[in-house]
Amino acid sequence: MNKAVGPIKRKFAPWDDPAGVPFIRFENVTKRFGDFVAVDNLTLDIYEREFFSLLGPSGCGKTTLMRMLAGFENPTEGRILLDGKDLAGIPPYKRPVNMMFQSYALFPHMTVEANIAFGLKQDGMESDQINTRVAEMLRLVKLEKFAKRKPHQLSGGQRQRVALARSVAKRPKVLLLDEPLGALDKKLREETQFELMDLQIELGMTFLIVTHDQEEAMTVSDRIAVMNHGVIAQIGTPAEIYELPATRYVADFIGDINLIEGKVSAVSGTQLSLTSEGIGGVIDAEAAEGGDATVGLDACFAIRPEKVRISREAPPAGSHNVLEGEVWDIGYLGDISVYRVKLANGTIVKATVANMTRIVERPITWEDKVYLTWPRDAGIILTK
Amino acid sequence: MADTKDPTGSSKAKWLVVAVPYLWSAIFFLAPFFIIVKISLSQTAIAMPPYMPQFKDLATAWDAVRQFSLDNYVFLTEDPLYIAAYLSSLRIALISTLLLLAVGYPIAYGMARAPKGVRNVLVMLVILPFWTSFLIRVYAWIGILKPEGLLTMLLQALHIFGPDQQLKIFNTETAVFIGIVYSYLPFMVLPLYAALEKMDHTLLEAAADLGCPPLQAFWKITFPLSLPGVVAGCFLCFIPIVGEFVIPDLLGGSGTLMIGKTLWAEFFNNRDWPVSSAVAVVLLIILVVPIVIFQNQQKKL
Repeated sequence: MNKAVGPIKRKFAPWDDPAGVPFIRFENVTKRFGDFVAVDNLTLDIYEREFFSLLGPSGCGKTTLMRMLAGFENPTEGRILLDGKDLAGIPPYKRPVNMMFQSYALFPHMTVEANIAFGLKQDGMESDQINTRVAEMLRLVKLEKFAKRKPHQLSGGQRQRVALARSVAKRPKVLLLDEPLGALDKKLREETQFELMDLQIELGMTFLIVTHDQEEAMTVSDRIAVMNHGVIAQIGTPAEIYELPATRYVADFIGDINLIEGKVSAVSGTQLSLTSEGIGGVIDAEAAEGGDATVGLDACFAIRPEKVRISREAPPAGSHNVLEGEVWDIGYLGDISVYRVKLANGTIVKATVANMTRIVERPITWEDKVYLTWPRDAGIILTK
Repeated sequence: MADTKDPTGSSKAKWLVVAVPYLWSAIFFLAPFFIIVKISLSQTAIAMPPYMPQFKDLATAWDAVRQFSLDNYVFLTEDPLYIAAYLSSLRIALISTLLLLAVGYPIAYGMARAPKGVRNVLVMLVILPFWTSFLIRVYAWIGILKPEGLLTMLLQALHIFGPDQQLKIFNTETAVFIGIVYSYLPFMVLPLYAALEKMDHTLLEAAADLGCPPLQAFWKITFPLSLPGVVAGCFLCFIPIVGEFVIPDLLGGSGTLMIGKTLWAEFFNNRDWPVSSAVAVVLLIILVVPIVIFQNQQKKL
């Protein structure tokens, strides 16, 4: 997982700029299909040149949200603004957005060239200009040799590139990508993720991507909106979503995390203490954003496995942020080893250790009594 | 396909499976066809069966073969009736096929766009008329189209027609077209439906997304992709319509000239088996042309 953000991208944060004007705005948008509420009173701002991800499990409304922007669905309530203009009543074929479909939706009776040229011809572009643009697009996706092929003569990865070329050929203001890499195998997917990022910077378009793959969202996005049941659970940069999840749902959905249930035992500003039967000690940590905790409230402590230290040596007595348990299982994954530690109350806590040397013998083994510790700011207490 | 080293060792069984349809065609098509060809090269005779020469035994077979002549074929070119009948058949078949396409395409399109659960019911409804005899259905059209028939009564009841006015469709080509379009509609609708139904609806969304309004998208995406169905439907209708006999005979009266009717008259009224056989052979040769085109089309698609 690559969470490092490059120097160019770090400066890009128009959402933090109070004077920033959103490019795409969903305003109290609700979409109902009969009794089913696909999108529930959702408000969302996306900025120009942003690479924005809608992330969530299937059925969370992310695709519906995108299809409303493309014009294939109309919001039941609320409005969608693009560059300040209300999109209501504008049919899909007149919207300055293009979509890359999950199934690619390449026209099977047309060559690669004709597929890419389709939208340009539709705009009434001069034929020599079309040829230039198509050649440029083919070069961009490295398919110059396949111009005369039909879609069924291409591999899955090549088809994905044609779909991408076709959707960016018209230089839309916004490119919508519906699970763009879902049909590719893992290696190809990872490569393509970085190509997509480069392409977005090169073309200077706003990209809105729908995905259920959190790794993909983390890699490519400037910001991510995690969706659940038609509402946004959290919006933030990949690092914010990962390190400061707002709710149990987001914490659990993104990456691997240990959730330890308990009750708030002390409140001091944003610092909370948590106790739980059978885990032995007290856990001190910062409250998640928006948590207005009171003593006695049900809460849970969330900590990523890579931030948990595992040791056989007992820390000084009375220390906070210590859990005691027994090694239940060890998973060797090559780069890391995962220790599954069972606490006295049966809760399993995962701790990962990077395998820095090639020694196969590990100092900690099955059924060892171990202590789990972590720095004070490694975890977070969630009250929602 | 791997042919020499079949791991399952079932290559004999495979050939047997391939041989069955060929054998079927040889027995039930090729053999009767050669009998027809043989009769078409014979002369009429007052005999049973009514033609000469006949194969009695192997000894005289060669003599019989030497008596074969192309007189009947020459006769077909000499009498303008036959050429007119062939041309008229082709013309009626062509117009009917175009009418069928015009009527069948919207039906098939509507079926393919209907909700999934409804589609099978609609397909059933298209096939449903087959449960009644074809002849009875054509007879029913006589009752509808004849001057004092149901349609006239309806038009009179609606005061579109005066009490003395009558529909003058029956025994005209119009009635034949109505009958043909009605009878052959399932053969046009079903292949069209099959082609349209498997079309991916997101292709139309993609077209719209790229700036293509719905009507243009139909001609640029839907229609080209349904061409296999269009070709199949047209040939499935055109070929049998050329040889159609019952509909022009019952609905078209004496005014309609079609080769199927001519053939029937030669065979049953004139008892001229050799000439009617020649008519049949020529008809088959005419139809081989579109069939070959159809085959090539299917290979391409």
